[in-house]
Amino acid sequence: MDEVIAQALESQEYFINMGPQHPSTHGVLRLVLSLDGEIIRKVEPHIGYIHRSIEKMCEHDSYQQIVHLTDRMDYLSCHINNEAVCLAVEMGLQVEVPERVKVIRTIIGELTRLSSHQLWWGVMGMDLGAITTFLYGFRDREMITDIFEETCGARLTMNYNVPGGLMFDIHPNFQKRTKEFVTHFRKKLPEYDDLLSNNVIFRERTIGIGKLSKEDAISYGVTGPTGRASGFSCDVRKHHPYSAYDKVQFNEILRTEGDCFARYQCRIAEMWESLSIIEQLIDNIPEGPFKAPTKAVIKLPKGEWYQKVETARGEFGVYIISEGQKSPYRLKFRSPGFSNLSALDHMARGAKIADLVAIMSTIDLVIPDIDR
Amino acid sequence: MKALYDFSYLTNAIHQWLSSFLSPNGVMITEMILVGLAFMLFFAVLGLVLVYAERKVSAFFQQRLGPMRVGKWGTAQTIADVIKLLMKEPIINKEADRFLFNLAPYIIMMAAFMAMAALPFARGLQALDFDIGILYVAAVSSLGVIGILLAGWSSNNKYSLIGAMRAGAQIISYELSVALSLLTIVVLTGSLQLSVIVESQADGWWLFKGHIPAMIAFLIFLIASTAETNRGPFDLAEAESELTAGFHTEYSGLKFAFFFLAEFANMFIVSAIGATVFLGGWMPLHIGNWEGFNAIMDYIPPIFWFFGKVSFMIFLMMWFRWTFPRLRIDQLLTLEWKYLLPINLVNILVMAFIGLVGWHF
Repeated sequence: MDEVIAQALESQEYFINMGPQHPSTHGVLRLVLSLDGEIIRKVEPHIGYIHRSIEKMCEHDSYQQIVHLTDRMDYLSCHINNEAVCLAVEMGLQVEVPERVKVIRTIIGELTRLSSHQLWWGVMGMDLGAITTFLYGFRDREMITDIFEETCGARLTMNYNVPGGLMFDIHPNFQKRTKEFVTHFRKKLPEYDDLLSNNVIFRERTIGIGKLSKEDAISYGVTGPTGRASGFSCDVRKHHPYSAYDKVQFNEILRTEGDCFARYQCRIAEMWESLSIIEQLIDNIPEGPFKAPTKAVIKLPKGEWYQKVETARGEFGVYIISEGQKSPYRLKFRSPGFSNLSALDHMARGAKIADLVAIMSTIDLVIPDIDR
Repeated sequence: MKALYDFSYLTNAIHQWLSSFLSPNGVMITEMILVGLAFMLFFAVLGLVLVYAERKVSAFFQQRLGPMRVGKWGTAQTIADVIKLLMKEPIINKEADRFLFNLAPYIIMMAAFMAMAALPFARGLQALDFDIGILYVAAVSSLGVIGILLAGWSSNNKYSLIGAMRAGAQIISYELSVALSLLTIVVLTGSLQLSVIVESQADGWWLFKGHIPAMIAFLIFLIASTAETNRGPFDLAEAESELTAGFHTEYSGLKFAFFFLAEFANMFIVSAIGATVFLGGWMPLHIGNWEGFNAIMDYIPPIFWFFGKVSFMIFLMMWFRWTFPRLRIDQLLTLEWKYLLPINLVNILVMAFIGLVGWHF
């Protein structure tokens, strides 16, 4: 015992509980930090503070109800999460959804990605001490939230996709307002660069911080912009196109540096790509029904299906095992946040407390997505 | 014109009136109490105004309105906040060192009060006109760091301690730059007395009279004084995204308000020193031999000139805070020891040379 104490005194290390109530963990994440002065020796994430056993609940819910649970996970990419479940169920039912639905789902998905990245950008600035960016991010996000409110009635936990198609057709204003938003945001996005990307302090704070090599990214299962910043080509939209992603032209953003600034640039560049995807589709929404006919009670045949989509945070997977009942036998969500968080310790060792905040910010954690 | 705006007439009148019925010692004590009360009143008003200003300025930088509900345009918002803070329960951490914990806010306030006593607000409106004015202000304004260190240590909270240690390293480093940049101008004035420095700028402000070295010194002063007051982008001691609230994490109610108020008071003090040394204090703006223009400028009372310049400096500091991200502690110290300090030392040599040759105006 004395030896242990002597060792602890020798190493000068001490522990800090960062969270579960902390401004920069963006939710109830608890990090136990081993610190040597300000230098981080170890980061141990403790999760589970917002665990709601969504996967277990899914085993008792019908497939239509399951859709409504997914937007409580990653609440910033709710439409994309919904889409993943719908695609998996449609795969099981072998239903071909109308072209109109595919295009609308893609537009909605990209709008969701944009709004998520806008919020991330604002919060990233705030984590680094530039509080004004938060308000700028929210200002532009407001337009997307308004579009969503008009489309599906909600502003945060939104549901628009249902197995087989959409809940209802798009609002008559949808195309007009989306186009307004795109023109507005094309003007505002350079402002983001002026305020943060080209700021000397910001660059000093992010370049070379929290490095993650491509091999480590792959072995930790890091996906999304976080993985792509390390050079890991993992865009599901490109490699396994779903909905209308095979019909549009867009680039998969890849960086090789793997540091905080690369992850930042990756997301900024993704916003430009999302804008271009929306522009390609918004005038070309085909006419037709907004829903393929499905039964009121969906029973998937016996079997297993896996569907993955690209959310704003990375690869989100839905794995359904059905026994032929109206609820799945087992349902597993592969959430991007969980895998991305696992790389945090690797990235943060040897950095300072302020760097940890920057690293967490560029991983873009959403805690309900990690805990589920 | 100048006589009209001279406050020494007013102060002399009060002095004579008091002398007519009090002993010299009684007069001195009464005057000290009066000046103390005046400063307390000024401190309170300053807090109210600056908190409101900060909230409005930040709101306009962030494309929102800021406080709008309490009073016309939210002007009474700060008063409502003060009442709320007064009524809050002062919670003291069970493991805290109670004596030091309670002492810390007062030390910070005291340092701010002491520094404020030497500021020349207008002609004849200065409580203490030391012949070592600048040295005095630099010395007492750095006493505040003791309060911050005590607050961090006595809270018995690791976040507070990290914040306090950061603040200690930061303030002690940046004091050098503040003092050296002020000394750059002192080389030209030949006096540390604040009233003499102001008088020496009657024909032009040192910022313009002192050529490029004065401008460099002004820039360094701006950076270093922002850092010395612990404001963004140098607010590492609080750094709410890293340390929740840094050294005042455990404080609540009125004691928190003291820290809050001291921050604004310190901002005012460094702005006032900057305005006095670089921007002519309460001297009006005079341009060469534009007689008409200069005469019009003379009509504006010196106190307005002083507060106008201070407001400009404060606005600059708010602008920094609401635009820049925060530095990291090692970057902060690198900036000071590797860049500002060497530049400052070279700058002061250049300035001494200019003063020696007589190239300044």
